[in-house]
Amino acid sequence: MTKKIGNVWVFIEQEGGKIADVSLELVCKGRELADKLGVKTEAVLLGDKLEGCVDTLYSYGCDTVFMAEDKRLEPFTVLPFAKVIMSLIREHKPNILMFGATYKGRELAPRVASEKLAGLTADCTDLKIDDFDDKVNKKSYTDKLMQIRPAFGGNIIATIVNTWDDPQMVTVREGVMKMDEPDTSRKGKLVKVDVELDAADTVIKVIERVRQDKSINLGAAQIIVSGGYGVGSQENFKLIYDLAETLGAEVGASRAAVDAGWIDHDHQVGQTGVTVRPKLYIACGISGSVQHCAGMDDSKKIIAINTDPDAPILSIAHYGIVGDLNQVIPKMIAAFKAKA
Amino acid sequence: MSYTVLVFVKQVPDTQNITGDAMKPDGTVNRAALPAIFNPEDLNALELALELKDRYDVKVVVGTMGPPNATAVLRASLYRGADECILLTDRAFAGADTLATSYALSCCAQKYGKFDLVLCGRQAIDGDTAQVGPQLAEKLHIPQLAYVQDVLELGENKIKVKRTIEGGYEVLESPLPALLTVIEGNCPRPMNAHRIMKYKRARTRSELANDHANANYTDAEFLAEETENLRAKNLLIHEWSAEESGADKDRIGLAGSPTKVKNIQSVILTGGDAKSVPPTDAGIHDLIHELIEDHTLG
Repeated sequence: MTKKIGNVWVFIEQEGGKIADVSLELVCKGRELADKLGVKTEAVLLGDKLEGCVDTLYSYGCDTVFMAEDKRLEPFTVLPFAKVIMSLIREHKPNILMFGATYKGRELAPRVASEKLAGLTADCTDLKIDDFDDKVNKKSYTDKLMQIRPAFGGNIIATIVNTWDDPQMVTVREGVMKMDEPDTSRKGKLVKVDVELDAADTVIKVIERVRQDKSINLGAAQIIVSGGYGVGSQENFKLIYDLAETLGAEVGASRAAVDAGWIDHDHQVGQTGVTVRPKLYIACGISGSVQHCAGMDDSKKIIAINTDPDAPILSIAHYGIVGDLNQVIPKMIAAFKAKA
Repeated sequence: MSYTVLVFVKQVPDTQNITGDAMKPDGTVNRAALPAIFNPEDLNALELALELKDRYDVKVVVGTMGPPNATAVLRASLYRGADECILLTDRAFAGADTLATSYALSCCAQKYGKFDLVLCGRQAIDGDTAQVGPQLAEKLHIPQLAYVQDVLELGENKIKVKRTIEGGYEVLESPLPALLTVIEGNCPRPMNAHRIMKYKRARTRSELANDHANANYTDAEFLAEETENLRAKNLLIHEWSAEESGADKDRIGLAGSPTKVKNIQSVILTGGDAKSVPPTDAGIHDLIHELIEDHTLG
């Protein structure tokens, strides 16, 4: 007799009723995994006044939306969210549970995993279904979730498997899973969840909350012009902005440029920043640490401009320009203006 | 009112300053080539605890789980201002994933006894998971406040903190005891010369035994006496094995870890077929032209 396996769940992150991109990316990935396993893709949606989110989730591929609405779930605090998700897990026994590796996801997922005594793998960059032969413990597992993530500061890529009871839990980096086009003809089933919380779940009080949406959405950019330490100064970043404006691109940066204070962290590409996959990535004065490359090496085309012919970035670039960006960038601007 | 603050820290290989020989040819990590350092965000957590000690009646107790030589980070904590240290060390703890680690640390906290706050760095640079803090909070059944920048107020049975959220910040209030994960931001104080002079002699019982291993006067009675001497001078670093910490052996180390590593690949940046573009007007003109032609640009 084969054991019936549970469904694929995605924790849906929302702010004021707007679903985070990473959650929709995960719904699309969840759809792919669920099809492979022959199970359903289900969304776990918590907050207050969420009706507007439901159709969007169907259109990206959810079969079911578990919706928990309660004033005490808005704004997000970790304890009541963990409580509601735990009770849903106990009742429905999902096979896989995915969270975005965001501030909220990385705070919430471990709290839930600890209580459930489930394995949790952080910051995955790829997920696959495969069998696992545990040679050490002489056990075989079929149809397990291969949880692929960088480790050791991005210097290695590890494939990790959760061998305990379900759910197999992961957090997944933003921007690494492809978002498919929504299909508005798709429909699903809405399951309203009763929210049962006691006083101990609401002891954390939000006294003040100040936030604004990111000034820039690098994840969605088609063309990115990025500057690194080789740009030399905050003033010189104007060159990067000029090229970006000419090409209709967004501006990115390496960690070195962000740490130097030349540009805001929202622009940082790489392991501790955003993962991007634009159709064109122009790396200006970026040496190409593994941490940076991990966040942009899926770009369709990469142009690297660097004075150092041995810079690692040149080994992943499609076009390498060994030269001074102060001379190369104005030439690019002029060439594009002449053509376009 | 007086408070006890537990700070959990980790000794990690310095993955941020990787050199060429950090990876072996077979793709595994050459730990010997990487210097062991105090995990950066754990230093921020220690600094936050020491700032609380500057402002309130606070005792700072630093704990770590690791091999015997992880005492280096404990002594470094004493040099900066910690009051007491605990080394959780046992071969049985080895191979722990974040779940087994958080369980072991929860045993350590519970064995220590009463505490008001637990502080951890948000994440360690060898794994970057940020999971142990929240998992430890759950194991201790206390609230967690993640990504803390600063403590605004510590009061009778309550704490108010400022913490980072996506695109902004929050001020949160929680009852005590609570666990805080601390992000980089504050400026960890340097080691204090007077404290170095005093605490460089701080030892665990195993280190004490090693110090005297080759001496012909060493016997159990002598070591017990020396241990008491250190304790009297507040120079004894507690050393707890798995059994002493009260941990269930099925929940620690490899046995207590649900996640298994299937394989590891080293990252080799490939491409190789890069087209070299000369930095001349003509070269760049041709490049831009090619990108417009294939609809990458324009």
